[in-house]
Amino acid sequence: MHRVVQRRQLSPNVTLLEVEAARIAQIRRPGQFVIVRLGGNAERIPLTIADANPAEGTITLVIQAVGKSTRELVALQPGQAIQDIAGPLGHPTEQIDSGHAVCVGGGVGTAVVHPIAQGLHHKGLKVTSIIGGRSREWVIFEQELRALGDVLVCTDDGSYGRKGFVTDALKDLLSTAGADIVYAVGPVPMMRAVATLTRPLKVRTIVSLNPVMVDGTGMCGGCRVSVGAETRFACVDGPEFDGHLVDFDELMDRLGTYREFEQRAAQCPDGPCRIGLTAPAAT
Amino acid sequence: MSSSLSPRERMKLDRQKMPEQDPAARARNFAEVNLGFPEQMALIEAERCLQCKDPRCIKGCPVNVKIPRFIELMTEGNIAAAAQSLLGDNSLPGVTGRVCPQETQCEIECIRGNKGMPVGIGYLERYVADWARNHRDQLATTKAPPTGRRVVVVGSGPSGLTAAGELVRLGHDVTIYEALHKPGGVLVYGIPEFRLPKKIVEQEVERLQADGVKIECNVVVGRTYALQELREQFDAVFIANGAGLPVFMNVPGENLKGVYSANEYLTRVNLMAAYEFPRADTPVLVGRRVAVVGGGNVAMDAVRTARRLGAEQALIIYRRTKAEMPARVEEIHHAEEEGIHFEFLTAPVEVLGNEKRWVRGLKCVRMKLGEPDASGRARPEPIPGAELIVDCDVVVVAIGTRANPLLTSTCPDLKLNPHGNIVVDEQGMTSLPGVFAGGDIVRGAATVILAMGDGKRAARAIDAWLAAKPHATTSA
Ligand SMILES: Cc1cc2nc3c(=O)[nH]c(=O)nc-3n(C[C@H](O)[C@H](O)[C@H](O)COP(=O)(O)OP(=O)(O)OC[C@H]3O[C@@H](n4cnc5c(N)ncnc54)[C@H](O)[C@@H]3O)c2cc1C
Ligand SMILES: Cc1cc2nc3c(=O)[nH]c(=O)nc-3n(C[C@H](O)[C@H](O)[C@H](O)COP(=O)(O)OP(=O)(O)OC[C@H]3O[C@@H](n4cnc5c(N)ncnc54)[C@H](O)[C@@H]3O)c2cc1C
Ligand code: SF4
Ligand code: FES
Repeated sequence: MHRVVQRRQLSPNVTLLEVEAARIAQIRRPGQFVIVRLGGNAERIPLTIADANPAEGTITLVIQAVGKSTRELVALQPGQAIQDIAGPLGHPTEQIDSGHAVCVGGGVGTAVVHPIAQGLHHKGLKVTSIIGGRSREWVIFEQELRALGDVLVCTDDGSYGRKGFVTDALKDLLSTAGADIVYAVGPVPMMRAVATLTRPLKVRTIVSLNPVMVDGTGMCGGCRVSVGAETRFACVDGPEFDGHLVDFDELMDRLGTYREFEQRAAQCPDGPCRIGLTAPAAT
Repeated sequence: MSSSLSPRERMKLDRQKMPEQDPAARARNFAEVNLGFPEQMALIEAERCLQCKDPRCIKGCPVNVKIPRFIELMTEGNIAAAAQSLLGDNSLPGVTGRVCPQETQCEIECIRGNKGMPVGIGYLERYVADWARNHRDQLATTKAPPTGRRVVVVGSGPSGLTAAGELVRLGHDVTIYEALHKPGGVLVYGIPEFRLPKKIVEQEVERLQADGVKIECNVVVGRTYALQELREQFDAVFIANGAGLPVFMNVPGENLKGVYSANEYLTRVNLMAAYEFPRADTPVLVGRRVAVVGGGNVAMDAVRTARRLGAEQALIIYRRTKAEMPARVEEIHHAEEEGIHFEFLTAPVEVLGNEKRWVRGLKCVRMKLGEPDASGRARPEPIPGAELIVDCDVVVVAIGTRANPLLTSTCPDLKLNPHGNIVVDEQGMTSLPGVFAGGDIVRGAATVILAMGDGKRAARAIDAWLAAKPHATTSA
């Protein structure tokens, strides 16, 4: 059992949970994630380790409530517990030794980019973060990232920082200061847009992929993604890959596999509701 | 039932037929297919055994269970002693009695098979095991005094569970690290409820815990702990992490929505209870027509699961013929009874999708059998131009699994064979002193009983190795 020791609302739908996981707190490295299962008949879902406190034996999870499992997790109050946390999983972030790194975070991806920026900063790199959200209240982790370097904020409605997408800010930055490496974490369309922007400039771009996972140990293959000509399992070969080689269309498409189920789960959480569901191709 | 039948009388007894759920009903539920012998039938079946002087069945059994002995004790009315004898040879008889391919192991050797049907050894094993599970208090357990030695077992499949049980009885302090949130390995995530009820595995795990085995789930060795750390913290290590890496077909369209590996499909349904969605949170695509590619036990389990989930048609696509199918005969027979369709001599070459990238069919080529290959089975060869399209909306790929490199890739000193399996000596020891391995990670995808046999042998070898090793040092 992993007790929640702290809970903080970061934006209207993003919540920070600090939970006990002593071993993981000690050894996790930037870029790694855990598989979390609340208990009972709950799903196993992957969440990035946004931060860790080895002295206290806790890790920080930053969770965007998008469906049943994440909503149940963010409803946890301090003192309540998560039954299963396995990890740290995945490869740590590939880091360069010197130069200028640009970390681009969209939405909850900003929380995922944070440990990466932290790692780079501790290595002595110059770090610039570009983060975005719908409007001011959706921007998260700004202060934490400011402690590590420059931060450029973009909002869709212009209510805070620059009006526009993170890619607009990135484009300008690349043409002025330039970058040795770009890390992009966020919704698939954002990561694809970043990769499209950096590809002709030949700026190495690392993206953190979020396919549907089950075990997180390479056993099911459900998390497979196409990178270059190869099929890779994101949980063990990733989750970070060369953004210039990733087939984002396929990823986006596969993420929609369970859309109908997710809508139903959202509608009838505990019901004995037993509507038969078939693969959409058959209907 | 008296035990004084003459051989002639024994020979007159017919093999008892396992009571089963009706095929039409069971094709739509997840309850166990075989219902088990009632006492009367078990005793008649036991009387069929001739108590051979030179019993061939024992040699057929990969762990040499003293088969006629436990059967004899049954006929003497001493079921507790029968259980004691069986458990002495095989620590998970309730599992093997249900999933062993008896027809190619003990029963094929049974002398009664020369004329008529062999003794139903698997059914009797299951009967005795089920009795034992419900009468633990009547069974004596012996446990050696504590040795003060700590052994860690990686993986809680049949190999790890067997080794742990054996080691704890030898007096060692045993911890199992399991990557998933529930112990049991393939027995809980792969083999479905209708063949092996989860409760049986749970009870076996509880018994081990009662004997003192500590089980820690959610520990992924190679990630949560490095193997080297385990070597420093424990006196010996047994690696039994299975061969869980799914093999895909490597054909176009395999990443369309609706294509599963058998591991994913079965894990969603068994471990995560997706058949209860939305009461369980994990979903699985049901499919109207589900095509399962492969011919082994895994394929049979997947296709019968598809049927139970509600598929109108569930079919097997296999590139050889029924005779070459590696699945247990009983599973093939049960599948046929449940209305599973078989396409033999058929191999997929492409998964076809609709405009929304959902699976709509499998493009296949017809095969013919050619010369025998390395496995001794006839090699299937495509018939040029003989293509066909199998309509389906879900495809499950069950063409095998390989060693998962997650753990082994983190310890370069551990010697592997070219397939990625761990290399061990006759004692089950790896290239690293004090590190033993067994089960599928050594053999490649094999069987429950072989995995258990490895666990038992390794436990004894670990015991001997520890006895020869001075106390209070840690291996490095
Ligand atoms: C390596 C990795 C790291 C992640 N880190 C974070 C994080 O730090 N914070 C965060 O809020 N989210 C993170 N995610 C995404 C998070 O796992 C999903 O949002 C969550 O599983 C959704 O579950 P749900 O039941 O709440 O929503 P659902 O209603 O079930 O699904 C909503 C959407 O989430 C995705 N999803 C559903 N099930 C899974 C699953 N088992 N695995 C992955 N994605 C799924 C699908 O795209 C789906 O359309 C990460 C994903 C991956 C793969
Ligand atoms: C669907 C299916 C049906 C089958 N049917 C039959 C049958 O009818 N009869 C038969 O004899 N055999 C059958 N088999 C084969 C049989 O199940 C296997 O040979 C057997 O389970 C192997 O046992 P094992 O202990 O070596 O590994 P497994 O049972 O695979 O267990 C390995 C365990 O180790 C865990 N693990 C993996 N990596 C790590 C890690 N890094 N750290 C910690 N833990 C880890 C896994 O999660 C798993 O729990 C079937 C297999 C499948 C998949
Ligand atoms: S070979 Fe058959 S008849 Fe002979 S001892 Fe074994 S089970 Fe009994
Ligand atoms: S989540 Fe199962 S293999 Fe990656």
